[in-house]
Amino acid sequence: MGMTTAPGTLAAHALARFGFGAGPGDLDTVKTDPRGWVESQLTPRPLPALLAGHQGSAPRVADMAAARKAKGEVEEMAKKRARERYRDDIILRTRLAASSDAPLQERLVQFWSNHFTVSTQRPAIAPLGLAYEIEAIRPHILGHFRDMARAAILHPAMLIYLDNARSIGPDSMAGQKRDRGLNENLGREALELHLLGVDGGYQQDDVRAMALVLTGWTLDEERGTASFNARRHQPGEKILLGQRIPESGISEAAAAIDMLCAHPATATHVARKLARHFIADDPPPAAVDALAKSFRDSHGDLAQVTRTLVRMDAAWAQPLAKMRSPNDFITATLRATALDVPDDRLLNAMKLLGQMPFAAPSPAGWPDRAADWTGPDAILRRIDWSLAFGQRVGPKLDARSFIDTALGDLADDGLRQAVARAPSPAEALGLVLSSPAFQRR
Amino acid sequence: MMLHRRHFIATAGAAGLLAASSPRLSLAAAGTDRRLVLFVLRGAMDGLGAVVPYADPDYRSVRGALALAEPGQEGGVLDLDGRFGLHPALAPLHEWWGQKQMLAVHAIATPYRDRSHFDAQDLLDTGGIRAGDESGWLNRALARLDGGGKGLGLSLGQGVPLVLRGSVPVASWAPSPLPEPTMDFMDRVAGLYSNDPVLGPALMAGLGVADMANGMDGNKKRDGGKDRLVLAETAGRMLSDPMGPRIATLELPGWDTHVGQGAVQGRLPSSLGQLAETMVTLRTSMQGVWDQTLIAIVTEFGRTIRPNGTGGTDHGTAGVALLAGGALNGGRVLGEWPGLRDDKLYEGRDLTPTTDMRALLKGVLAGHLGLAAADIDRYVFPDAKSVRALPELVRA
Repeated sequence: MGMTTAPGTLAAHALARFGFGAGPGDLDTVKTDPRGWVESQLTPRPLPALLAGHQGSAPRVADMAAARKAKGEVEEMAKKRARERYRDDIILRTRLAASSDAPLQERLVQFWSNHFTVSTQRPAIAPLGLAYEIEAIRPHILGHFRDMARAAILHPAMLIYLDNARSIGPDSMAGQKRDRGLNENLGREALELHLLGVDGGYQQDDVRAMALVLTGWTLDEERGTASFNARRHQPGEKILLGQRIPESGISEAAAAIDMLCAHPATATHVARKLARHFIADDPPPAAVDALAKSFRDSHGDLAQVTRTLVRMDAAWAQPLAKMRSPNDFITATLRATALDVPDDRLLNAMKLLGQMPFAAPSPAGWPDRAADWTGPDAILRRIDWSLAFGQRVGPKLDARSFIDTALGDLADDGLRQAVARAPSPAEALGLVLSSPAFQRR
Repeated sequence: MMLHRRHFIATAGAAGLLAASSPRLSLAAAGTDRRLVLFVLRGAMDGLGAVVPYADPDYRSVRGALALAEPGQEGGVLDLDGRFGLHPALAPLHEWWGQKQMLAVHAIATPYRDRSHFDAQDLLDTGGIRAGDESGWLNRALARLDGGGKGLGLSLGQGVPLVLRGSVPVASWAPSPLPEPTMDFMDRVAGLYSNDPVLGPALMAGLGVADMANGMDGNKKRDGGKDRLVLAETAGRMLSDPMGPRIATLELPGWDTHVGQGAVQGRLPSSLGQLAETMVTLRTSMQGVWDQTLIAIVTEFGRTIRPNGTGGTDHGTAGVALLAGGALNGGRVLGEWPGLRDDKLYEGRDLTPTTDMRALLKGVLAGHLGLAAADIDRYVFPDAKSVRALPELVRA
C-alpha cells in the first residue's frame, strides 16, 4: 500500500488523482507530505480571487428576459452578449482550475456541478453555467449535501434547464384558468439523477408527486431570481415514497428534498458516483459501501464524506486507473506547461476534443468512464492536438525537464527514451502529452 | 514531408500492431455485401408526432394542440395507408414510401417500462432485458458475420455508442480540422501505446478509419452545424467502398421535447427535418450500393399521448421505429395498432406496446444480414428467444 511508496510517487499520484496534475514546482511542494497536502484542502476557503468580480446569475436572467420581451434587434444583441459571457466564463473556469492552489476543491466543484448538471443544450443556460456553479455548488462542496441539493434544484438555471419554470399545478389557480399544466422533467431528474438514483425505488407516481411539489418554483424575471408563485402551486398534500408532504406551499420543495437526501438510496447513489470519479470506472464495492456509510452517518456532511474518500487505500491504489476527460486533459496541459495559451486556442481545444464546459449532452451530465472518452477518433484527436500544441510551443519547453515537472515518477523508462530520441522539441512534447501516463489521473 | 496515414498502415504491417484492425487490410472476406446504418434517436422521439394515426377516432381529442391536419389540408400529414400519415417535415421520406423504400413499425417498444432515458437507452443498446450489460447487440451481431466482423463496424461521431461496443473492434470517424501528424510520429505514439489496454486498441482502430475517410474525402472541413451532413456524406462514401465498413451507427440528439414540441413548427418538426435531410444526404452519397442498403431508425421509447402543461410531451412507453433503403420491402406500416381510447392506453397515459423492438431488430439481422436464427437467439438477443422476428422486411 501507499505507506511504502516513495514520496515522489505519492506526490505525483495525489496531484493527478485529486487535482489536475502537477505544474512547475508542485511535485517538490507536495512531496514533503502528500496526504497532508490533500487533507489540508478539506477546509473551506474564500471565493478564489478570479471569481470575485463575477456578475452572478440574477442580472443575466433579467437581461435575457427583458430582451426576449423586447424582441428584434435588442434580443439579437442580448443573444450575442450571452455567447460572449459563456465564452469568458468557460475560459475563466478552466484557467482557475489550472492555476488553483487548492486543486482538490476545484475538482470537487466540477464533480458536483456535473452531478447537478445544467447544460447549454438549452441555449438560455450559456451565460448562467458558471454563475450557477458559483452560487449553488461552490459554497457547499465541503458543506451539507442537502443544502447543495436545495440550492441546485431551485436555482434559476435549473428551473430553466429542466422546464420547471413553466410547470403549473393542474389544480392551482393558474392551472384552472389556463390551458397549461404540469411538466415532469425536473421532478423526474431530481429523483433519478440528483438524489435517489435510477434504482432508488421510486415509481411513476413519485415522479409526478415530486413534480407537483416543485410547481410554483419559477422565475422572477424582473429580478432574475428564482421565486415561488403560489398561484401556480398544486394545492393539497403530496405522497412521495409513501411519506406525506403536508400542504405548505413554498416549504414543500425543501421538505421533499431534505427527505430524499436522508434516504439511503441517495447515500448509495452519491457514493457510487464519487467512487467512480475518484477511484476507478468500476470501483471496489467496499469503497462504495464505506462512502455510503460515511454519507449516512454524517447526514450528508460532504467534508466528512470527502475525508473518508481521501483516506481510503483504494483512492491511492496504483497505477492510476482513471482516463482523463478532455476537460481534465486540457486543464492538466495548461497547469503542467504553465504557458500563456491564448483564449481562442483554449476554446478551440475544448471544441476539438469534444467537451465544452456546461454543455453536457443530457441532464445526466458528462459520462465518467474511460470507454466514453476513448473512441478511436477521440484518441486520434488527442494525439493530433498534442502534437499541434507541441508544434506551437515546443521550443519554449525542454521536454526532458518537462517530464520531471509534469509527471515525475509517473513517467516510465519507455516514455523517457521516446522523448530522448524524439526528432524535434515539438514531437517530444507531443509524445509526453499523448503518453498513457499523462492521459490518466 | 507529411506522409499519409494510408501509407503508414500499409507499411506498419510488419510491426503487426496496426494491421490487426485496419478495415482495409482485413476485408479479404467481407462477410456480407449488405449495408446497414443504424440511426439512434437519443432522447425519445414522439412516435405519434412522426407517424401520425390521423384516422384514429380519438387522435384529435387526445393530441389537442399537437394534432396535425388531415392529408390534403394545409400543414396536413402525408398519407401513408389511409390510417397513418407522415409528419410533413419528413416529406422526402414520403417519396421513398412511394418507391416502397420506407416502412414504419408502430406501437413498438423495448421490454423496458420505467421511462428513464438512460436505462432505456442502455437497454436499447444492449438488447438485453437488464440495464448495464457490457456489449451492444450490433457488436454481437458483427461477431456472427463471416470473418468475425473485423473491420466492418463504423461509428459516425467521436465516440462509439454502447450498441456498437464489444469484443469486435470497430472504427469511429468524425470530421477533424487538426493537421495530420506524420507517419513517423504516429509510429512513436503507437510504441508508447503498445502495452496500453485502452489506448492501444483505440489508436489502431482510429488509424484505420482516418485513413479511409481522408483518402476519399480530400480536405473536407468542419462545417459548424452541418457536421451532421458531413458525417452522413462521409459515411455514405465509406460504406460505398467495396473494401470499407458495412455497418455504421449514427446518433442524433434533440428528441426530448418536453417544451414547445410543436405541431407543424417547433422542436419536433425541426428535428424531423434534420433527420430527413441527413437520410437524403446519406442516400445521395451511397447511390452505388443503395440497393444493398437498409437504414434502421430507433429511439428508446415513445412519449405521452397527451400534451403536458408546457406544449410538449413527457416520457412515455411505445413509439415508432422506421426502416428505409433500397433493399427494403417497404410501403407498409407494421404493428398492431392498440388505439388511443382511454382504456387502451398503457397506465392511462402512454401508447400500449404491441411489438417488441427486438422482433424488428431480429428481422433486420436475419433478413438483411443473413444471420442464422439460432445465432441470433444464442448470441445477439439471448433474452428474447420467444420474440418472433418480423418476416419479409427485405425485398426478395
